[in-house]
Amino acid sequence: MLSLIHRSKTLKLIIVLLAVIALVLSLGFSISFGAADIHLSTVWQAIFNFNEDLSSHQVVQELRLPRAFAAVMAGAFLSVSGAVMQGLTRNPLASPSIMGVTDGAAFALVLVMAFLPGVTNLGMTMASFAGAGIAVVLVFMIGSFSTGGLTPVKLALAGVAIGTLLSSVSSVIALHFQLEKQLGFWLAGGLAGTDWASNQILLISGIIGMFVALTIAKSITVLNLGEDVAAGLGQNNILIKIMGILTVLILTGAAVSVAGAVGFIGLIVPHMTRFIIGTDYRWIIPVSALFGALLLVLSDVVSRFVNAPYETPVGAITSLIGVPFFLYLARGSSGSDKK
Amino acid sequence: MTKENKRKASRFPGIMILLLLLIVLMFFITLGTGVITISPSDVIRTILGNGTDRQELVLFDIRLPRIILAFLVGTGLAVSGVILQGITQNDLAEPGILGINTGAGFAVVLFIFFIQDSIGGVFSVFIMPLFALAGALLAAFLIYILAWKNGVNPIRLVLVGIGINAGFSAALAILQLKMNPQDFRQATVWLSGDIWSADWTFVLALLPWILILVPLALQKSNILNVLRLGDDIAAGLGVKVERDRRLLLIIAVSLAGASVAAGGAITFLGLVIPHIARKVIGPLHHYIIPVSALMGGLLLMVSDTIGRNVMTPTEIPVGIVVAILSAPYFVYLLMKEN
Repeated sequence: MLSLIHRSKTLKLIIVLLAVIALVLSLGFSISFGAADIHLSTVWQAIFNFNEDLSSHQVVQELRLPRAFAAVMAGAFLSVSGAVMQGLTRNPLASPSIMGVTDGAAFALVLVMAFLPGVTNLGMTMASFAGAGIAVVLVFMIGSFSTGGLTPVKLALAGVAIGTLLSSVSSVIALHFQLEKQLGFWLAGGLAGTDWASNQILLISGIIGMFVALTIAKSITVLNLGEDVAAGLGQNNILIKIMGILTVLILTGAAVSVAGAVGFIGLIVPHMTRFIIGTDYRWIIPVSALFGALLLVLSDVVSRFVNAPYETPVGAITSLIGVPFFLYLARGSSGSDKK
Repeated sequence: MTKENKRKASRFPGIMILLLLLIVLMFFITLGTGVITISPSDVIRTILGNGTDRQELVLFDIRLPRIILAFLVGTGLAVSGVILQGITQNDLAEPGILGINTGAGFAVVLFIFFIQDSIGGVFSVFIMPLFALAGALLAAFLIYILAWKNGVNPIRLVLVGIGINAGFSAALAILQLKMNPQDFRQATVWLSGDIWSADWTFVLALLPWILILVPLALQKSNILNVLRLGDDIAAGLGVKVERDRRLLLIIAVSLAGASVAAGGAITFLGLVIPHIARKVIGPLHHYIIPVSALMGGLLLMVSDTIGRNVMTPTEIPVGIVVAILSAPYFVYLLMKEN
């Protein structure tokens, strides 16, 4: 069955279609479910026949819709980042949260909040990009300076170390400037309080990031055959890697600045996608985006469910889903490694 | 034993004396510094019983238990790290990274949430380590089971540990939100690795664990020496590998659990200290264990003093100071590791 899907374009398209339908359904559920349940027909009216005087319409337009869209985009961006990272490094454990990228973005956000209190939304996003960049550069530097290269384990450990270091420094700054609450939010991840302005930022970064990701998708597939093979086929690997890293920075930075450090989505979704759809990154990237969006929208709904009326950080939900998967990967991938 | 290692081992008495001197020095510096500064001569006068009431209160009821607790927690974590690195033959093993600390943390938060209020305050201080221990054992058990696949591969062990760590952290985040604000604060502060609330009951609750388990580890140091050579050689030399490994694992986990119960989740200390100790004193565990014990205690005393004084009046949790001081060293080790 799976190998059939890997070969047939029609079957792949059917899967995409199914994913889109599932996404639309879960979006409807996400918008209608909440502190006040709003019937789906009311949701429909609020969107297409908006009436300012009805409070339920206001809730849908100002709270539920932006939140749902932010979940779609953040989930998609984190998954695509993970897919690109795994493709570039040929490392099954590469992903934004494992490599400390999300911690880096949170670090820069705290820094900006502490020293430039009046900063705009755009400024925050820029800071988030920069912070994600710092973490990526640090982790890759550790990799390139270490003897024996960047094995999956080393990458994971370097990510843990850099992540811990950055989040520790963030904590110190947060304690000093009384920003613990904001930091706690970014480190845990959450979508409450997203508005249309943050959606705008997500959308712009998303268009740029996804465009670059799709442009280099084919080259990533080739790169996966091995760097020498790719170079032999006349591919400029360095250029592809730089473009790939830029994509990761833009997408992860935007996602974290809005939704906080939502862990493990970037790790599991690309694996699921590869398992279902095969090894062609021209398919993996868009399908990862769909699956990631679906997963985060559903996790966001669950996060409102678990402990109603309080919200649980959505990052905790995705971690609980992601950890068993990570353990499975850890058992598999290192089994063949030599000591 | 190589000449180099023999030379290192011969330094043992000198290094122990040096460390003890540093600890005494640090002890007096720490006693004197803080929001209320007390001069060294006043510190000595107060210890001899001639200080003012205020000085006595600050020294004996606030600073002294805290310093001693910091020392004990550092000792426990460092020795736990030595044992874990020995039995897993993995230089990157450590109770924090392996998720044992978070496991203990999870159990403690469960305890704060469900049980603490139903039994009295002082009594609960002595029960808490038992809970932490149960959590630590659970985490260790999970790691051991999940990493098992025709034996325990050191790399798999660390990866599985990272996963377990993330899992417990997520569970903690969910649990914490269900708490009332006061319990929430206690749990948060405690989780970032903290000894603010230290008083004599905490010291008394941790002390027996250290006094029993560290000598026990020291007595097993020969087995640790042999285990580091590899399972096959160890078995050839008559060590019952799996049985001894399990026993040592329980000692290490108990030390970590008890330390975490008293001092909160402190990461990296158990990793860095054994490395420095090995570098200084060579590969023999009956030297590494005492040196690590003192070094760990010293590092935590220093970190706590930094955390209290660098940003007054804000106190930085000691776990954060330890992480900032030692994460760079961890990165350095990672780069050198093959």
